[in-house]
Amino acid sequence: MPEFLAELLSQNDIFTASTIMEYWGGLVTTVQLVFLSLVLGLVLAVPLAILRTSKNPLINAPVWFYTYIFRGTPLLIQLYIIYYGLAQIEGIQQTFWWEIFRGAFYPALLAFTLNTAAYTTEIIRGAIVATPSGEIEAAKAYGMSWALRMRRIILPSAARRAVQAYSNEVIFMLHASAIASVVTLVDLTGAARNIYSRFYAPFDAFIFVALIYMALTFMLVFAFRKLENYLLQHQRPVSG
Amino acid sequence: MKKLIVAASVALSMMAGVAQAQERDLRIAFDVPYAPFEYKDDDGELTGFEVELAEAMCEEMNANCEFVIQAWDGMIPGLLARKFDLIMSSMSITPERAERVLFSEPYYNTPGGWFAREGFDTDVTDMDAMEGKTVGVQRGTTMDTHVTEEMGGIVNIKRYTTADDMVLDLEGQRLDVVFVDYPVGEQTILSKEGFKEVGEPVKLGQGVGVAMRKRDEDLAEEVNAALATLKEDGTYDAIMEKYFAYDIKM
Repeated sequence: MPEFLAELLSQNDIFTASTIMEYWGGLVTTVQLVFLSLVLGLVLAVPLAILRTSKNPLINAPVWFYTYIFRGTPLLIQLYIIYYGLAQIEGIQQTFWWEIFRGAFYPALLAFTLNTAAYTTEIIRGAIVATPSGEIEAAKAYGMSWALRMRRIILPSAARRAVQAYSNEVIFMLHASAIASVVTLVDLTGAARNIYSRFYAPFDAFIFVALIYMALTFMLVFAFRKLENYLLQHQRPVSG
Repeated sequence: MKKLIVAASVALSMMAGVAQAQERDLRIAFDVPYAPFEYKDDDGELTGFEVELAEAMCEEMNANCEFVIQAWDGMIPGLLARKFDLIMSSMSITPERAERVLFSEPYYNTPGGWFAREGFDTDVTDMDAMEGKTVGVQRGTTMDTHVTEEMGGIVNIKRYTTADDMVLDLEGQRLDVVFVDYPVGEQTILSKEGFKEVGEPVKLGQGVGVAMRKRDEDLAEEVNAALATLKEDGTYDAIMEKYFAYDIKM
């Protein structure tokens, strides 16, 4: 197998050791960026979704406004505003914030996190609202407090309903991360663009990253199928 | 009388048709704005050094030219897909490009220039001093190749699609210094307050040529002949002097 690979590599000018390393660096950046933004986004989204279901408009409305803004504008524009906009703030270069936002990674992470948190908030909110009223009444009848009801009944039940929609959000986020390369970040797409511009071989450079993105997507799909099987175990018929 | 007019106009249009048939149709691609080589003036007309040179070349070749605007990323693919026949958009001759397209003799060469904000005092040729600095280049240019080969691993290289985005990051202090085609830096960076040129301009590469499809060898011969005539008869110099205070002729 390595011999076959070595032979394959020797037959072309593009996939040399150095370009493979560039793709590898891009893969690491993409995975870091997507993973961190999804984790942070989910951590933000759960409390925001609970606030969003509040009947008090003072609690509900700010969260609604946030999700409305971030779902109502393209991610690319959000990235441009955060990346170029932050640099335009007077005097930011003298503060410690600049250490964080000078590079391209953290502005991109911020944009992606806020974006995915907005979508995830609405996904979880929808699942919470759809909780059967009987489950809540039963919990109340047991004398559960609001917090205990949320933790034991509503959120686990909502998680089961949200998981399929959320798996789509995760895959969309992976694909949306391709735009990180417009702010000089060398993610998978950025690596492909660099290699394309060096060798003028768009097909080879881009088909290769397309395959990597596909492989990543298949891994995500597989992981979510396992998760769904686990969460929705009780719905499967008992096998004879 | 009426018949005569009709006959005359038919004859005229036939003559015009014959004349046109002898001219060849050529489509030439430019990526704008890339001042002062190709850009749109205040009236929206395409102009610039290469545009005027292309006009003179078409006249010399007795060709009927149409100018096409094409973004840089799609230049070579567009040429190969026959969307146009010639690229005259400051495309530097490199071995990698020469594998895909056929280049004419070079018709100009400009150096790369280093530009930074006022207060940048580092010597750009001193690798120890440059260590850890962030350098901006346009992706895939000869400046990119130069910095990647000479300073890769020493400086942080940030690659941009357009010069505008790069200048924005130089202003925002994300970049310490940029290395860009000299006339472009002169036009877009030095024209602003608080920026300066650092170090010496660096001569790079084999110059800029007209790019054509590999199979169009006859066309390349015609282009070379026309460019040689323009360089000799003073037309080239006259156009160059309109746009540049220094010599870029090759």
